[in-house]
Amino acid sequence: MTTISSPMMPTDVRGGLHAPRVPPARRQLVSSAVLGMLIFIAVELMFFAGLISAFTIVKSSAVPGAWPPPGQPRLPLEVTGVNSLVLLASGALAWFAWRAFRSGAPAPRAARLQLGAAALGAAFVVVQSVEWTRLMGEGLTMRASTYGSFFYMIVGAHALHALAAIAALLWSWRRLTRGRLASSSFAAVLALWTFVVALWPVLYVLVYL
Amino acid sequence: MTTTTASHHADAHAAGHAHDDHEQSFFVKYLWSTDHKVIGFQYMITGLLMAMIGGYMAYGFRMQLAWPGEWIPGVGFLSSQQYNAYVTTHGTVMIFWFAMPVLIAAFGNWLIPLMIGCDDMAFPRINRLSYQVFLISAVVLIGSFFVDGGAFGGAWTAYPPLSAKATMNLSPLGSTMWVLAVALEFVAFLLGGINFITTAMNARAPGMKMMDIPIVVWMIVVASILFMVSVGPLVAGAAMLVLDQQLGTAFYDPSGGGDPILWQHLFWFFGHPEVYVVLLPAMGVCAEIITCNARKKFFGYKTLLYTVFATGIISFFVWAHHQFVAGIDPRMANVFTITTLIISIPIAEMIFLYIATLAGGQIRLNVPMLWALSFVAEFLLGGVTGIFLGASGSDIYFHDTYFVIAHFHYTFVPIAVIACFAGFTHWIPKMTGKMMNETLGKLHFWTTIVGFNLVFLPLFITGMWGDHRRIYNYDHFPDLSTQALQDLRIASTVGLLIMIAAQGFFVWNLIWTWKKGPAAGNNPWQGTTLEWSTTSPPGHGNFHPMPTVYRGPYEYSVPGAEADFLPQSQPPA
Repeated sequence: MTTISSPMMPTDVRGGLHAPRVPPARRQLVSSAVLGMLIFIAVELMFFAGLISAFTIVKSSAVPGAWPPPGQPRLPLEVTGVNSLVLLASGALAWFAWRAFRSGAPAPRAARLQLGAAALGAAFVVVQSVEWTRLMGEGLTMRASTYGSFFYMIVGAHALHALAAIAALLWSWRRLTRGRLASSSFAAVLALWTFVVALWPVLYVLVYL
Repeated sequence: MTTTTASHHADAHAAGHAHDDHEQSFFVKYLWSTDHKVIGFQYMITGLLMAMIGGYMAYGFRMQLAWPGEWIPGVGFLSSQQYNAYVTTHGTVMIFWFAMPVLIAAFGNWLIPLMIGCDDMAFPRINRLSYQVFLISAVVLIGSFFVDGGAFGGAWTAYPPLSAKATMNLSPLGSTMWVLAVALEFVAFLLGGINFITTAMNARAPGMKMMDIPIVVWMIVVASILFMVSVGPLVAGAAMLVLDQQLGTAFYDPSGGGDPILWQHLFWFFGHPEVYVVLLPAMGVCAEIITCNARKKFFGYKTLLYTVFATGIISFFVWAHHQFVAGIDPRMANVFTITTLIISIPIAEMIFLYIATLAGGQIRLNVPMLWALSFVAEFLLGGVTGIFLGASGSDIYFHDTYFVIAHFHYTFVPIAVIACFAGFTHWIPKMTGKMMNETLGKLHFWTTIVGFNLVFLPLFITGMWGDHRRIYNYDHFPDLSTQALQDLRIASTVGLLIMIAAQGFFVWNLIWTWKKGPAAGNNPWQGTTLEWSTTSPPGHGNFHPMPTVYRGPYEYSVPGAEADFLPQSQPPA
């Protein structure tokens, strides 16, 4: 089996004469956690770009007067508008938490702000789901029309991302309370949440208005 | 292993290195490892096994095409439904479960940390997760053969409505499992790609500047970026396709307000950059081998790099050349014809750089070099025939004929098979510490090349004669069942049999290498890049001590130097 294994080095090369003379100093523009998250966000951005372009194509090729389909409920502009403000406030809280964390403020303060961000984010998702159950009760389902299909597809995909990002916020909050959150991990979580928050106004304008 | 562990333990514990030196079970060491070399092997072995499955499918349907309706040894009678499933799975497996895992994941995992001089990937556990998700995706795909209705048979492009309506594709579960498997595979490569890019950007050895990174690492990084940027829309499209299949939505159904062409756009927006996702690592592998075996500095390193970036960008503006007959606006078709012809310029430039590297070199014709040179030659054939398909005027005639198949395989077989063997034979001495057999390697090379050309040269001709590609039994089509056409089909199938038999030499060579391959030493090919400066196989942590980089990656035959190569880690005199 040794042929395709990777046998460990004999111990003597680890220390003594062959000790590394150059400390393994490697240049990093941004930390690996943040870079990885930024690449992931780029992928997600293209994912939503795909959804939005599909939505735009189908919407613009609909017969005049057929979009939104007559006889189907209209999307709740006002409630969702207010709800959007809740999400934006959550994003702001996450940034305040980051500032508190960076400025060396007491750890509980950053943690409280981060928890607030997660709570507001959760409130956003809850209000969204309440609105969906109401819409589905009024007859706007995924199968009713492509209007409904795209609405649930795009907004639902965003809600799933929000849930995942809220989980990340809660994880970072727990680490913060124990004082064990690395700065790069915080930055990665913040980048993800900022993406989810900043994407929402775009989706709101495109899908709701 | 056991011989060293005793003394190992004492020292290791004393030094506080217990975590990476304790004895590991087989499971932990080979199946649950976070070591990039082991994960590279996992990808390589899985990829080669999947290639056998894909090759078996090709054997099944080529036999059916040569001798329609007859009993096929090892397959039996092939029904039309099975034929479609075989064709579809062959395409899917060869691209997503062979070309990508071998060229990007296996070579990426083997080479990136070794070539940039670090101990492992930036995110080792994400790397392990990547392979596990990939394995699950392969299981899901193969499992679709055993569910009710059988595997999906709507071609690897999965155009709706055929792929969206179970009443049409007759595989209600298989079609969804196909989409699911592809989506899982994308997740695996997403995780892998994040790792490759981050590692290459953040974990380079001290002294290694951007322009000191070996070409193959650059190529894998650019390919990963292309994959990342292009895959999102397809995942969105795939999610909509699954909803169409299982929930009865109408994203792609015009009767419900949807648009079937939408899928084609989403698919090919991914599908064309995907060609470059696998092409670039293959070209990178061959660049390393050619420059090493020509004993010359790579001609125009920076030119190549900028060319690659240009190719990557242009590759996002050519996708609709797959859709010239799908009813797109002819003015649009003109635009995409022009962009398609433009993208052949940087590719031609790359080929010229390879030739310029060869010119005046002291060429060693060892097995990896033979593979690499044949890659350049055969890929050129594939690229040149692509011009006919990229021009909308001639494509309207050639569309859906065997000409397309021949062109496609003249690009993809060099990428997936030839470059894979080139890289495999070049780096396996490093990864296992053993040399492969040159004679067996050359036999393998020549039989494979002869078989490959015999498979696909006839298909250019049948395609030009109008042979349609999606036909199960040509006996039902009098115009297409002439003796001349059938002879060419039989020639093609014989070529495939030669190509399959040729792999026997490869398996023989592997066993020979395993049993009595001579020790490779650290640097069997007198290479300059960092991986050749460590032991073969590299130990845990790769380098002891970690290297520092003092020079560019291809310092071969430097005037005034003692040896004809200067390793990157060699300090200036």
